[in-house]
Amino acid sequence: MGVQKMASVKPVVWSLIWLAIILLVLFVMVSNVLAQEPTPASSEVTDDQVNAIAKQLFCPVCENIPLDVCPTQACAQWRDLIREKLAAGWNERQIKNYFVEQYGARVLGAPPAKGINWLVYIVPPIAILGGIIVLYRALRSWKAPAGFSAAVSGQTGHVESTALPSDEYVRQLEEELRKRD
Amino acid sequence: MVANFGYGALVIAFLISLYGVFAAIYGVRQKAPAWVESARIAMLLTWPLITLSALSIIFLLVNNHYEMEYVTSVTSNSMPFYLKVTALWGGQAGSLIFWSWLMSAFASAVTLRKWERDREFLPWVIVVSLVTLAFFILLSLFVENPFERLWLAPSGEIAPAMFQPAGATLFTPQDGQGLNPLLRHPGMIIHPPMLYLGFVAFVIPYAFAMAALITGRTDDRWIRITRRWSLVAWLFLSLGLILGGRWAYDVLGWGGYWGWDPVEIAAFMPWLTGTAFLHSVMIQEKRGLMKHWNMVLIILTYDLVIFGTFLTRSGVLSSVHAFAQSAIGPLFFSFIGLTFVTSLALLLHRWNELKAEGEMTSVFSREALFLLNNLLFMGILVVCFWGVIFPLVSEALGIVGQNVPALANIFTGQKVTVGPPYYERATAPLFAGLLFLMGIAPLSAWRLSTARTLGRAAWKPLIVSLVIVVIVFALGTRQWAALLGFWLCSFVSAVTLYEFWRGSMARHRKSGESLPVALWHLAGRNRRRYGGYTIHLGVVLMAIGIIGIEIFQTETQGTIPVGGQLSLGQYTIHYDSLANFDYADGRNVSRAVVSVYKNGNYVGELHPRRDYYYESQQPMTIPGVRSTMEDDFYLLLVDWQPISTQSATFKIYLNPLVNWLWLGGIVFILGTLIAAWPDKDPEPVVVEKRSPQVAQARI
Repeated sequence: MGVQKMASVKPVVWSLIWLAIILLVLFVMVSNVLAQEPTPASSEVTDDQVNAIAKQLFCPVCENIPLDVCPTQACAQWRDLIREKLAAGWNERQIKNYFVEQYGARVLGAPPAKGINWLVYIVPPIAILGGIIVLYRALRSWKAPAGFSAAVSGQTGHVESTALPSDEYVRQLEEELRKRD
Repeated sequence: MVANFGYGALVIAFLISLYGVFAAIYGVRQKAPAWVESARIAMLLTWPLITLSALSIIFLLVNNHYEMEYVTSVTSNSMPFYLKVTALWGGQAGSLIFWSWLMSAFASAVTLRKWERDREFLPWVIVVSLVTLAFFILLSLFVENPFERLWLAPSGEIAPAMFQPAGATLFTPQDGQGLNPLLRHPGMIIHPPMLYLGFVAFVIPYAFAMAALITGRTDDRWIRITRRWSLVAWLFLSLGLILGGRWAYDVLGWGGYWGWDPVEIAAFMPWLTGTAFLHSVMIQEKRGLMKHWNMVLIILTYDLVIFGTFLTRSGVLSSVHAFAQSAIGPLFFSFIGLTFVTSLALLLHRWNELKAEGEMTSVFSREALFLLNNLLFMGILVVCFWGVIFPLVSEALGIVGQNVPALANIFTGQKVTVGPPYYERATAPLFAGLLFLMGIAPLSAWRLSTARTLGRAAWKPLIVSLVIVVIVFALGTRQWAALLGFWLCSFVSAVTLYEFWRGSMARHRKSGESLPVALWHLAGRNRRRYGGYTIHLGVVLMAIGIIGIEIFQTETQGTIPVGGQLSLGQYTIHYDSLANFDYADGRNVSRAVVSVYKNGNYVGELHPRRDYYYESQQPMTIPGVRSTMEDDFYLLLVDWQPISTQSATFKIYLNPLVNWLWLGGIVFILGTLIAAWPDKDPEPVVVEKRSPQVAQARI
């Protein structure tokens, strides 16, 4: 019985581990792509260089509007400010820091990871991990009834012996179509 | 007069709702069907009453009754007739009435169904629906009353009130402030009603779920009854979200369709739980599993619907302090808390009766994959929920820092923005996981699938998808995220189309029908499955559009004189002229004429413009867009020299593949319509019984 239990649990563990790994890898890779930022040249300031920075800042007075697209007069002045700072040789980090000092952390698209703001980044992964654990335990608790493993291997053997799914599939499909959904 | 009439109708609707709740409970207690019937008629009455109330508001809006505070705040003399009518949902007070009106329409519709086989559910469905309705009417009556008039006090102060304050006289402004320019768009006229329809329609499955918990009828009857209601709710919610995206793209002038704004997320969250619910109920129907979880999902969906309305209506988003200033926030908060706790208590009460009837037997079975799908949807929900409430939590916790100096650096109370960078990074892998499951799950069987059977079913679509990715790579795409995305899209499409093909071929061989006819009958015979597959195809098309705009969007901005040029990629614009003129509807329009060239060939003329609304002193940036399936050339007029109009600043976005997003939206809605289309016999009488023997025999 114990062996049977192990046999039914093992694939669950592995699939969950794989899922976690795939999610992690995807997460890191997507993060990297999204984090790519162009670095402006300091010689001649173009609108595109200004917008590249303004895009990452939020209008300090409007709700949830990025600075590069905000149509208000105040935002136009803030964009001019970015232009002046760029012309004066400031880099992107310095300008962003300047805005944070002046108007608070709310001008950033995502909170800086310090103080209580860490919670923003920690809570979702912990919750998802919790979900994975709950799911794992749930799958474990629905352990196969006695003799199930034999039934599984019998079933697999059956599938293997029936040369190929095509006819079997058609039969199953017809059967399912007959059944009311 | 009309205002009093509308208000009176609302008061009566409120009293009748309360009476209905009382009569239904009393009827059950006394085992007196006549009382339940009376409650049913009470619920039927709410709709005509709220209709009268809503019509009163429309009458006041259309006839410029500016003595009404609501009319003044959302209309003006220059607004066209249709906008005055739709101003019903253009402001807070009106949109709450509109919510109640739709809610009462759904509640009335549900009372008209045949109840013979589900008599015991009826009183409790009435109670849940009417309690929800009564709550919203209460808000309209006492907090956000659209029938309040403006009164001029002897002190010279103007204040809104329902009834005449002592010594005050009615104050009637000459003109109103007009509707927010952002809302004067065809997309905005139908977007809120669609969202609200989706919201209120989800109340019905919740009401049945609660009825099932209260009566102890814990089989899957409630799910079977509400399957179509849930689908219809989901259809409207999806349509609302898609239309909202389209409106943002057309009107907001930032070259995007979704900005992870809290208001958007508020509508997206019930959609997430609703989608998880639509998948998860199938496990209960087919396998008798997940009964607790389905209850949790519908409870979450209901409370997220109320939470969504709360977020957008309470002012809590702008600041926790704004929340405290209005009574509407605390009322919503209490209602959400009360319904959530009561629902969970009921669920716990019936916990042991909701035991699973079967076992999960394989991690590759469809039910196991659906569970993973649920996990991913819940993951996205957590990211969204936390992102929306974190700024409020952070601001509110500032009080700790204020009182405990040692913690002042941690609990700063500073307002923070949780914006797109957070959401995109956190949800992108989860969405990718969902796409992957969308490819795998249709190939798995209920109850029993192994890695081997799944592999056998998947290898053909897998090869097709890999070939497609190699072609995309060969054509020059090097971004790995895009390649991964395109691979997932190709895989899901290949699997889904393969399923359609195999099904049609099976029918074709068996009955000799031609392939198109076989396909038609196949989808007709099993609408839920093939409707679902069509929805998956819609999602894939939307994903292609999203990959296009998110990864490949390029932009440039420049100031050019008349006759000057600005280039982006293969495109060049030629600035021809700019005109400035007033419009009869109260706006000043600055409109540029720009010729667009692609690879040196003239492809058309665009007219980006800036509308300035005098009444609200608000500018609107309307893009000029050249739209093809390959890309959208999206041109904005950012600035210009007001006097000489000699030079102007333009911003160009090149949005590759974005039209696939809208096309996908249409396919998505079509698929939902297929799945939700009524059967000739809407409720099959045969209820399948599950026993281990039957389940065993089916293997």
